[in-house]
Amino acid sequence: MAGGPRRQYNNPIIRWIEYRLPIVSTMEATLGRDMPTPRNLNYWWSMGMILTVALAIQILTGIFLAMHYVPTAEGAFDSVERIMRDVNNGWMIRYMHANGASLFFAAVYIHIMRGLYYGSYKAPRELLWILGVLLLFIMMATAFIGYVLPWGQMSFWGATVITNLFSAIPLIGETLTTWIWGGFAVDNPTLNRFFSLHYLLPFVIAGITVLHIWALHVHGPSNPLGISPKGKHDTLPYHPYYTTKYLTVFGITLIIFAFFVFYEPLYLNHPDSFKPADPLSTPSHIVPEWYFLPFYAILRAIPDKLGGVIMFIASVAILFLVPFLDTSKVRSARFRPIYKQFYWIFIADVLLLGWCGSQPAGGIALLLARLGTVYYFAHFLLVMPLVGWFEKPRAIPEGISKPVIPKERAGFTAETSPEAAE
Amino acid sequence: MSSTVGKDHDKEASRRDFLFITAGAASLVGAGMAVWPFINSMNPAKDTLALASTEVDLSPIEEGQRLTVMWRKKPVFIDHRTKDQIDQARNVELSTLKDPQSDSERVQRPEWLVMVGICTHLGCIPKGQRTGDQLGEYKGWFCPCHGSHYDTSGRIRKGPAPTNLPVPPYKFTNETTIQIG
Repeated sequence: MAGGPRRQYNNPIIRWIEYRLPIVSTMEATLGRDMPTPRNLNYWWSMGMILTVALAIQILTGIFLAMHYVPTAEGAFDSVERIMRDVNNGWMIRYMHANGASLFFAAVYIHIMRGLYYGSYKAPRELLWILGVLLLFIMMATAFIGYVLPWGQMSFWGATVITNLFSAIPLIGETLTTWIWGGFAVDNPTLNRFFSLHYLLPFVIAGITVLHIWALHVHGPSNPLGISPKGKHDTLPYHPYYTTKYLTVFGITLIIFAFFVFYEPLYLNHPDSFKPADPLSTPSHIVPEWYFLPFYAILRAIPDKLGGVIMFIASVAILFLVPFLDTSKVRSARFRPIYKQFYWIFIADVLLLGWCGSQPAGGIALLLARLGTVYYFAHFLLVMPLVGWFEKPRAIPEGISKPVIPKERAGFTAETSPEAAE
Repeated sequence: MSSTVGKDHDKEASRRDFLFITAGAASLVGAGMAVWPFINSMNPAKDTLALASTEVDLSPIEEGQRLTVMWRKKPVFIDHRTKDQIDQARNVELSTLKDPQSDSERVQRPEWLVMVGICTHLGCIPKGQRTGDQLGEYKGWFCPCHGSHYDTSGRIRKGPAPTNLPVPPYKFTNETTIQIG
């Protein structure tokens, strides 16, 4: 990945390997002691590492679950119950996998919020951002088909509702849904292929993550000030400075994760998941997992089938366009007084949509979902281009090292930057 | 010299260009032909397609009763309609419907309504088959997932579903038996 002169190693084995495949130096130059990293990264920059850990947890627990899981309509539900009751430590592995998905999404949403606040998507990191949105899409697909595998009521009807989205496509819709199902309804062939894809997609995620980190390496991470490092005085080696800083976050994350796995493993689950799939009875209230709720609210807010599907997909796909919709040259929201307020309104809007998605369709929840949907898209299509145009940004510090010198703090108040005050 | 070569190249297509284009086109077609068997393998298999048709004995269904049977792994609603329900279905101005279809187009015998019981919005099973179920504003069926209301002819009247509940192919084999499929 990285060019330039390589580090010399004393260990003869590493030297032997390095001469043939410079993998150690490449890793150290990517996320190690030879990676110059802006010295002012705060804890919000730790999510990349948490996401890598989450992917590792999901792949490892998943491989062991697959050793016991039976991917057939007759056997799936029972095999999951067998994992819970009879397989040694099966309950723990399964609860780690189920709650690991929530950990993964919590981390990815914080990661995206960080990117939106600090303008991490701006030049020259547009492609880095676009690869990230692609990863989000594949993550969502993987999580959705994984949720189908236990073949409970929520699995079955979630699969039915989401695969039926494709039937909204004009002309080819019916043929396409039949192709996805491998039959005329969600059934054994569907479960079989979902299992196959659920095993495949995490490795696709891992592959695109390599590209994501590669693109990150080219210009280095952005930072809370949004100004590029001007030299060595503005950077620190990634290792040990950030590896240790982020280990703190890693530890806290594991504590929260262990709390859910061991004390509240079903907090994010749904009672209908404990009923085996029944193609003749739809649960009275279908809700997706928490991480899909805002998008589900957008789907239901549109009173037209095709329109709902288009908006549903657009609500995630619009993130691809963010680097081109934001017209402001200033990266960090710290120096953007107006954008910063809109940012928090947007976050509130997403939370509101999440609440609407958890409610039965109709009444005040539907009305709020419609308003929330309009604002969601307005944030990207109107606020981002226009605020960048009209807003007068605050004075930007000359360099990353400057703000830590007290004399230079003019125009750089504590209320806008908690870390600088530390 | 290089400029003259370049000029020649720009002016007219050479034999080499022709070879490049034909070879490229041929390999695209070849790639498509190689991919198709894999895509097609995901379509319904022969045993799935061979699922037999379903015969239903209508004689035990009382007037006003509704029965659900399975056909090709899909639920089929059979409704022995009352006079009231038939009248309700027929006294509707077709232009007010979202998916205009007269009741007589949807039934072979007015008292027997047969249709696939899958909401045309996103595939939930509408309520209304069991006693005590919510029937919706038009006294037919109601889909709780996203709030679609169907009338006593199974036509969409309110909510996000785009079309009426579909009528499967069926025929009366005798006075009290139908064969679906």
